[in-house]
Parts: sequence; structure tokens; C-alpha cells
Amino acid sequence: MSIDTDTARKVAHLARIKVAEDDLPELASELSNILTFMEQLGEVDVDGVEPMTSVTPMRLKRRVDEVTDGNYQDKILKNAPDAREGFFAVPKVVE
Amino acid sequence: MSLNTLKISEARDALRRGDVTSVELTQACLSAIDGAGALNLWSTPTPELAQAQAVAADARIKAGDAPDLCGIPMGVKDIFATKGVATQAGSNILAGFKPEYESTVTQNLWDAGAVMLGKLSMDEFAMGSSNETACGGAAVNPWKVDEFQRAPGGSSGGSAAAVAADLCLGATGTDTGGSIRQPAAFTGITGIKPTYGRCSRWGIVAYASSLDQAGPMTKDVRDAAIMLNAMCSYDPKDSTSADFAVPDFEAALTGDIRGKKIGIPKEYRIDGMPDEIAALWDDGIAMMRDAGAEIVDISLPHTKYALPAYYVIAPAEASSNLARYDGVRFGHRASLAKGEGIDDMYAKTRAEGFGPEVQRRVMIGTYVLSAGFYDAYYNKARKVRALIKRDFDQVFADGIDAILTPATPSSAFALGEMKDADPVKMYLNDVFTVTLNLAGLPGVSVPVGLDKKGLPLGLQLIGRPWEEGALLNQALVLEQAAGFTHKPQKWW
Repeated sequence: MSIDTDTARKVAHLARIKVAEDDLPELASELSNILTFMEQLGEVDVDGVEPMTSVTPMRLKRRVDEVTDGNYQDKILKNAPDAREGFFAVPKVVE
Repeated sequence: MSLNTLKISEARDALRRGDVTSVELTQACLSAIDGAGALNLWSTPTPELAQAQAVAADARIKAGDAPDLCGIPMGVKDIFATKGVATQAGSNILAGFKPEYESTVTQNLWDAGAVMLGKLSMDEFAMGSSNETACGGAAVNPWKVDEFQRAPGGSSGGSAAAVAADLCLGATGTDTGGSIRQPAAFTGITGIKPTYGRCSRWGIVAYASSLDQAGPMTKDVRDAAIMLNAMCSYDPKDSTSADFAVPDFEAALTGDIRGKKIGIPKEYRIDGMPDEIAALWDDGIAMMRDAGAEIVDISLPHTKYALPAYYVIAPAEASSNLARYDGVRFGHRASLAKGEGIDDMYAKTRAEGFGPEVQRRVMIGTYVLSAGFYDAYYNKARKVRALIKRDFDQVFADGIDAILTPATPSSAFALGEMKDADPVKMYLNDVFTVTLNLAGLPGVSVPVGLDKKGLPLGLQLIGRPWEEGALLNQALVLEQAAGFTHKPQKWW
């Protein structure tokens, strides 16, 4: 499977990583190389095999649905690049 | 002898006898670190914290309340969240991040009285096999045998190099596809990745959550057993943490493996395997046989597909895990030009903050998870993963106790040597290690010999799930038979 420039642009957008237009052909070729390497998986017969979800058969634990932690807004906001009045601040989202 | 060259077991016994104090031990390490700037291993040294912890440890030892690690100076891979201490995971996107919480694994170490010397360099987000993608620049392997500086391996390269250079008595690592075992082999030390679920992942910066596992990197097998005991615990804050009792791993080190069945998988004899690696493996087989183990040829037929499956699954999980780095809650945020909105903020922040390899993997992960390709790549890889695990399940069901393989396809390469290589070529470093992560199994890398250049080479033992004690005992036998006592010559 070969990735063209348009697909590379689309993937970069989906990943929310800005890639300059001039860099797209090289990115497309790098991604194509990696995907070519993965094509080997096509050789494997996986008929009737369930996709693995967990390496160890373990049931997720259940617990009582109650609040056990919290009330530290200041700690949550401490590392924010921009926090104001108890909130994370971001550029305007809705016009 | 300088105190920083002690092993954990030796330091523990000396501390308990009162022959040495943690303050002295810690000072010896801090001095060694000061003199090792050329290795570029420490992303954030914490000497003041270390001194304070050492004083507290000495008081605890004096009071007779001293767990094994009490007073032992350690390094911490910069992937573990450490409260109030910069935690960057080798990435510019986490510039300035100081967690408000402590990871479970490091908390376990501090609860046991261990001393933190600082945070250690790593490949960005643990994606790499050379430690060259670290935002602070490449970490340097203390092993130098010619004009070239060498990579310590990765992603836990700073941890491996710091232990090998005697800058700390032990260090934490994490292993997603070989990131403990490959750097351990490149630096002539011991590293174990326990069974998935043994160590809590809480507070470890996530790369690929179904594969990531923490483990110790130490000067020998006994130290690995001691340190692993302190790191493991059941943790309700990690839903994949195993609620099993943690046995005494050191007590399992009997040195007796008579009658144990050691499997030798034919699929690991890959095309183009260097003669030195093949010879080392044969030596290891002879050592295990001489110790009374039964050597059994086995087959793990899907081995060949482990790397491609890994390089679908790990980037897929990474693309999801790394979505959190958006410039809103922590770390770097790009400055915006007039008229740019929140989407520009995300895309510019991530372009500036992530290095090229991380960007590549996030985009590959995005692609294999995108509509139309999810079944062809991601689900296919997960099915192949199930078959890889089934291969191991079958040989263990047939009575195999452990599997012996090489740890790496080569000794440490020179810094920059892989720079122009295709990313896929770098991925081949993980060829012997990655299968275990996919199957969730424990694996240990033990230094066994030197190559012609004089660089260390390691062998890997793969154990049954949850049987780290037996695995470490087999590793001890290999260590004793190999008698590897080489140390890097100090040049830094």
C-alpha cells in the first residue's frame, strides 16, 4: 500500500500535526516504506482467530460507584500553559 | 574502592552492618555524576533531594527499620512521574512539566527508603533503540573501544549507561518492545521486564499501554531480584495491574536449574545473524546444559511477524495516548499568529513539540486506525498477536521452563551510525525482544561476553508468565557460568 501526498496530508491533519506542504512527499514516502514492512502480516492465516484484547485473561475489577478522589483544581491547573479563573484557557472555539 | 561501584546487595549488607552510611554512598554517586557530564545521561539531577532522602534513610537504618532498598541511591528514567521534579519523557512537548503526583513504581521505591539521584535520559516517549531521539541530545554509552562514541541503546539508554558507569546502584527502566533488555545488553548490565501487570503503569508516561511495563536495570541478577521486589505491587489505580501476591524473588535464587527444560527457538536464528551472536548463543546453550538443564529445540512459528505486528499495534496505541498533548493542560503550547484558532494551536504545538520519530509513529498509528484500514492493519495485527502468544502458550504447555535467545542482533552501534538508515532498519533492533511484549511474558537480558571490538553482548531468557523468580534463577546460572565481570574503561 503506497501513500500519496494527499493521503499524507489527510493523515497529518487527522493526527493534528502541522506538516509543511513541501515536506509532504518525503513524509508520504517514509510512511509508505513502513506500511510496506507491515504488509508481511498479509501472509498470516488468521481465519477464526479473535483479535487479542488483553495478554492476561483478567476480569476488570468492579468497585462501588462513588467519588474517592478530587477537589484539587489548583493542582490540575498548575501545569497549564494558560489557566485563568479556575479554567484552562484556549483560543476562541466558537465564533 | 569507590562506594558508587557497589552492587545493591553489597551496599544493603554494608549499610545494615553500619560499615557505611547512605549519606556517604549517595555522596559517592553524586560525585561520580558530577564527573560524568560527557555522557549526558541525566535530564534532571536531584542532588538536594538525594541528600535529604539519604539522611532520612540513615535514621531509618539506625532505627532497625530498613527494607532492602533503604539508603540505596537510584536513577529514575524520565518517563516516571515524580512529584515536583521535571518529567519530560525525553520530549520538548512536556517542557516545564512538573507532576503534582508520584508514579506508583517510584512511590514504592521511596517507601522502601531508596534515594533518588535524578531523572535519566531516554528516547522521546520511549520510541527508539538508540537514545538519540531524546530532547536533551543523545546519551552516550560508557563503553568506548575506538574513536567512536556509542549509543547505549534505547529507550532506557540513560538508565543503562548510568548503571554501567557506576553513577547509581540501580535504575528504573520501561520496556515496550525491548527498551530495558536492549540497552542492558548494549552496556553490559542486567535488565528484566516482568510479566505485563506486575508493575503498576500508573504515573508512567504512556507509549503503548498494552505493551508498556516497568522493570529494574542493575549490575547483576541478584540486584535485579531485589529491586524488582520493591517495584512490583498490585495497584487499583491501574486496571491492568495484577492482583497477585509478589513472591520473594531473591529467595528464588538457588543457582539450581537441574532438570529444567530450556527451549531454543529455531526461528530466532535469523538470516544474516552475525557469527559472533550465533557463537554467543551457542556458548549460552552449553552453559545451561552444563548446569544440568535439558536443552530442547522448539518452534515459535509466528516469530517473523512479531515486528510488523508490533509496529502496527504500538503506533496505534501511541497515536491515541499522545492525543493528550494538545497544548491545553500541560507542557508546550505554540504561540499563535493573529487569526489562528484552536485547530492551529493543536497542529502547531504538536509539530513543534514532537520530534520526527514520534511524529512518524503517531501518523502511522492514525493511519492504521483510520476508517477503511482498521480491519486491514490494526485488527489483523491483533489477530497475529494472538497467534504469537499461542506459540508461547504451546511450548510452555509442552513443559518448557524458559527460552534462551540472543538479546540483540549486534553490539552497540556508534552514535549517528543509524542516522540515515531507514526507520525500519532501526526497528530490527527489537527483533528478539518484541515478541515477549506482544505475549506479555517476562524476559531478562544478561551480559555474557564481549565481541571482537570489546563491546558487551547479552543473551535473553524468556520465562513463563508470573514466574520471574524462576526466570531470575535461570539468569543467575547463566551469569555465574559466563562470569562476565568486564567494566567500561573510564574515559569521560
